[in-house]
Amino acid sequence: MKLVLVGTSHHLAPLELRERVAFPREQAAALARRLARGELECVCLSTCNRTELYLAGSDPDTAEAAAATALEAVGTALYRLRDEAAALHLFRVAAGLDSMVPGEGEILGQVRTAYEIGATGPFLDRLFRQALHAGRKARAQTAIGESPASVSSAGAALAEQVFGELRGRTIVLLGAGKVSELAARNLVSRGARIAFVANRTADRATALAERLGGEALPLERVGEQLATADVVVASTSAPGYVLRRDDVEAALRGRRGRPILFVDLAVPRDLDPEISDLDGCYLYDLDDLEAVVTETLAGRRREAERAESIVATEAERFREWQASLEVVPAIASLRARAEEIRTAELAKAEARLGRLTEGELRTVESVTAQIVNKLLHLPTVRMKQAAAAADGVLYADTVRHLFGLGEDDR
Amino acid sequence: MAELLFWPALLAYGEAAVAFVGEARRPGLPGRLATWGVRIGWLVQTALLVLQASRSEGFPWTSWAGVLNLFVWLVVGAYLIWGCRARFRLLGLAVIPPAVALLALAHAGGGTRAARQTDYGSLFLALHVGLVLAAFAGFTLAAALAALYLWQERRLKRRASGILRVRVPSLAALDDLVARTIAVALPTLTLGIAVGIGRLVVSGGSFDAVVAVTLATWGVYTGFLVLRYGAGWRGRRSASLALVSLTLVAVTLPIAHFS
Repeated sequence: MKLVLVGTSHHLAPLELRERVAFPREQAAALARRLARGELECVCLSTCNRTELYLAGSDPDTAEAAAATALEAVGTALYRLRDEAAALHLFRVAAGLDSMVPGEGEILGQVRTAYEIGATGPFLDRLFRQALHAGRKARAQTAIGESPASVSSAGAALAEQVFGELRGRTIVLLGAGKVSELAARNLVSRGARIAFVANRTADRATALAERLGGEALPLERVGEQLATADVVVASTSAPGYVLRRDDVEAALRGRRGRPILFVDLAVPRDLDPEISDLDGCYLYDLDDLEAVVTETLAGRRREAERAESIVATEAERFREWQASLEVVPAIASLRARAEEIRTAELAKAEARLGRLTEGELRTVESVTAQIVNKLLHLPTVRMKQAAAAADGVLYADTVRHLFGLGEDDR
Repeated sequence: MAELLFWPALLAYGEAAVAFVGEARRPGLPGRLATWGVRIGWLVQTALLVLQASRSEGFPWTSWAGVLNLFVWLVVGAYLIWGCRARFRLLGLAVIPPAVALLALAHAGGGTRAARQTDYGSLFLALHVGLVLAAFAGFTLAAALAALYLWQERRLKRRASGILRVRVPSLAALDDLVARTIAVALPTLTLGIAVGIGRLVVSGGSFDAVVAVTLATWGVYTGFLVLRYGAGWRGRRSASLALVSLTLVAVTLPIAHFS
């Protein structure tokens, strides 16, 4: 059984090429079914950053040609990998090591979906299960996926540094644009509650407040709500500061020392930098957040080195399993021949064994079966080891020759 | 035999102290090594204390050095309640290096050897010393938590780009734990003091400087709780107060004892 991978990704193709072969779930499933003819197995992994076809069969050239035809819309921006290289690639993909942002978490779910909707057989089933295992293991044993990879998620992570769990924490949004919404959704996904959306345009504030389950507020009245807010996210297009030190200082009197986090995503800035001098106030602007993201991405890259070694180990295990497939027919033939001989010899001795009781007969059956198993155990293990070391075919042929196993077993 | 247990304990704590520094620089393996160092050190020190207790006819930790030995064990034990969690691991940076120094000091003062006998009853000493030391261990842990709070707060204020690199509990969690630890330790100290005063009254002893400092400590920490829960002192003010309180106690108690 040979493994073939044909695909394209953000490394090789720009967006305008990738979108030509970006298949929705149903189309990806249909493509996998169409390509998986006869003994061929196929999985189509299609995300916004990659489209890859994994095929397994005994004729890799034909499989590769069929896959290349299916992805011909991207022209020459295709990579083609086989066997060990293809498996290692999938394992790296599942671990997020081939992603734009190393360790991003979404890809593991996408690999799982591709596997579930794919036309898999024993080979791709094993490959994808092991890839998912490698992806989970890399995330569990390294910190590759722990740190935030975007400015808005960094804001949410900082809020957790101040407040711990964000469940029930109150958020005030200044600005009702896309940036505000993205930052708000990051906080909401961690349990925070959007209390108020303040914007110069009331309609936009109301629309966003409705989407996020908060209340719209005129920008001028934000100061009144600061006494109860835990996090303030600002991203208006106002030319000057929307909140000044004095506004915040006035609100602090009613807070009894509770901290407040200000996240300023606006350019020019919405929040007076002097707010950061106030006790219990933590202010991060866009530059600060980008510095945090840069640092965490550097951390992810360091962790990626550890994840690479985990993935390589898992890929090696798969290679050994794949190699052992070469000797499986020979092992099966050998065991069948041994069983045939054992059964025949027992049949010959039936007249002499007839005097034995039922229990004694079962013992004879069991003892002879154990002898056969013990005799064949070591050759079986050694053949699998030889297969892993690339001598499998030689050993399989030798066994067939020594034991006179039929040609039809090959 | 006690020597055979003391050195491995000190070595394990020492390894943990160094590993905690590594953890602060680059989290991961050093943190795990540090946690194991603390666990092993604490178990070995437990064995050392058991050995001391088994060889002594009365309460074995009567000298200042013996008390220090027991105190280190209590502080590290209290640390282990939270310190094994990844987020609280760095608390060890504030707890373990002083523990190493104090254990070495205890050894130098003979506190890790067999104890001499005293005139006091074993039950009284076990109750009084045990309760007071447990309370001081709690105050020490609260101070370590407060130090971690101030360190993390400073990093947040300075907007350190590596703020998310090192795993530390949230400011809210640290602030809460400082107050809760003191809220548990103070009643323990109250009980310890009550036992001590009770004995003074029964045996007709006199108040000395150590008793005065202990009572002052009780006053300081009572004041802390009043300010924290009554006046709403939180965050930096609360953490600074916890740290200053312990510093005052750590300075005045030895002076009172040896004067």
